[in-house]
Amino acid sequence: MTKKLRSHRAGMVTTGRSAIVIMLLPYGLLFTLFIILPVIAAFGLSFTDFDTIQPPAFAGLKNYITLLTADEVFMQKVLPNTILFSLVVGVGGYLLSFLLAWSLSQLTKIPRTVMAIIIYLPSMTGGVLLSAVWGVIFSGEKSGPLNYALLKLGLIEQPVLWLQSESALLIIMIIVTLWSSMGIGFLAILAGIMNVNQELYEAAYIDGVSNRFQEIVYITIPSTRPQMLFGAVMAIVSTFSQSGVGAALSGANPTPGNAGQLIVPHIEDYGFLRYEMGYAAAISVALLLLIRLASVGANKLFGSKGE
Amino acid sequence: MARKRRLIQNGINPARFARGQIKFYAFLIPLCAVMSLPIVFFFINAFKPMEELFAYPPRFFVNRPTLDNFIRLFSISSSTTIPASRYLFNSVLSTVLVVAASLCMSVSAGYVLSKKRFRLRSALMEVNNLALMFVAIAVMIPRYFIIAYTGLQNNFFANVVPLLAMPVGLFLVKQFIDQIPDTLVEAAVIDGAGDFRILSSVVMPLVKPALATVSILSFQLSWNNAEASALYINNETLKTFAFYMQNLGAGGTSFLQGASGGNSTAGAGVAAAAMLVMFLPNLILFIVLQSQVMNTMTHSGIK
Repeated sequence: MTKKLRSHRAGMVTTGRSAIVIMLLPYGLLFTLFIILPVIAAFGLSFTDFDTIQPPAFAGLKNYITLLTADEVFMQKVLPNTILFSLVVGVGGYLLSFLLAWSLSQLTKIPRTVMAIIIYLPSMTGGVLLSAVWGVIFSGEKSGPLNYALLKLGLIEQPVLWLQSESALLIIMIIVTLWSSMGIGFLAILAGIMNVNQELYEAAYIDGVSNRFQEIVYITIPSTRPQMLFGAVMAIVSTFSQSGVGAALSGANPTPGNAGQLIVPHIEDYGFLRYEMGYAAAISVALLLLIRLASVGANKLFGSKGE
Repeated sequence: MARKRRLIQNGINPARFARGQIKFYAFLIPLCAVMSLPIVFFFINAFKPMEELFAYPPRFFVNRPTLDNFIRLFSISSSTTIPASRYLFNSVLSTVLVVAASLCMSVSAGYVLSKKRFRLRSALMEVNNLALMFVAIAVMIPRYFIIAYTGLQNNFFANVVPLLAMPVGLFLVKQFIDQIPDTLVEAAVIDGAGDFRILSSVVMPLVKPALATVSILSFQLSWNNAEASALYINNETLKTFAFYMQNLGAGGTSFLQGASGGNSTAGAGVAAAAMLVMFLPNLILFIVLQSQVMNTMTHSGIK
């Protein structure tokens, strides 16, 4: 009884403990099963040799040593490609989404809403649709839209097999993914900017802020920091989630000459094509660490100082 | 005074058009045009008759729009003699289940994490925030084994169950429930309402925007999901429309021209129609719910 009274005074609602368990259980169970457990299992498997037929055999650090010293494709292609791809698509896309959100916020309601929807649309094509749409546009036929336009303009003489081209594939992947990267993070940043207290700007002008750039640096970014952090996390997730796009576009894994090989298709290659599950898990762990590193960076930039 | 007018016309969310906004239109309009071009292009392609799809020189617009591609999509059988409508049915069913179940799960978990005080509360929220950056395909290998061990392999529910726990969904709903004053929930307790009653009649009506947002996110996740069909399911009759579409365009290269995949001429029109069927529900849902989504995004900040 006293406990109940006390908790009421604390401004919190405490009723049956069983209700807490029942309401938390479905989410908690599936969260554990499909998010926590896979991450733990990836760590575990990464220290084993496992071909799916024999049970996993402990192999120590062998997979990691192979990854760092013997996997030429990983070191020469996958890692540099991944770094370039994530910098341009992740960081570049993120800066672009802030710039677009800020520009949109300077417009009146109706054009802003219409254009925000248009910019958001491509992010809905994620995955299957993305490669289908762009597969048509980058078609290697002379009647493919891009080839036709370039032939007509006299920029090329022969139709180019864009998606099989070792020099073009990574660039195409970057363009295509950037196109579809204005997703939920973009919407969050837009909402954050729209919600900044107008009086802050007026006060800032009285305090001597004199142009738009200062306005962004001193008012807009600090006031939208929580949304900026959310947007950054979403940018990291969508960048790494899209890294199968090269294989989807070129229709081959590994991609021609490993030109568009990123970490995710490399995992798939070892896991589902060569059945070297232990090694594939080690690559997964490397990817998880990379994602963690990126989000720690984002936290440093935008996280609240209090933590 | 002049400064104030400047803010009203040129600052954030201006009330009416002013000359200072022209520079933004000057690059936003061309950008929107370029960004929407690929989407407009495949919209138009879906209505092109066969001879126009293969015409040389290729044309952007359609001369004689036709519904033939859609009729063929739903009348012919695929190479495995399973009609496209079967894949579509699987997609609709699994998407309805995913949206409904993930909504219920995130709203009840969000309510508990927001309004209940218990020992593990902040730790659990911390774990969920960490999982915001979870990239499912990074751990596809262990996920594959978990699905095999839980008996979901070659089971229709492999399209559903792995998608249900959505850290972003729980996060957004919880943030939104945080806005509801504790006193409102307490009043309901004093009136004798139990937790499930409070959830359904107090919390849910107040967090509708967040629910709309979670629905959109889980819809997109499930509707565009070809991965489960490709990795976990062998039985063709259990696979999704996204998977079907992916295979129509197998190879990704120029299937519209029928050059690869052996789908030849019939495949190209069918693929164009299938793309539209894939895209349209995404589009309609977002346009209907966009103001609710924007409302939720205001509370999306990670503090």
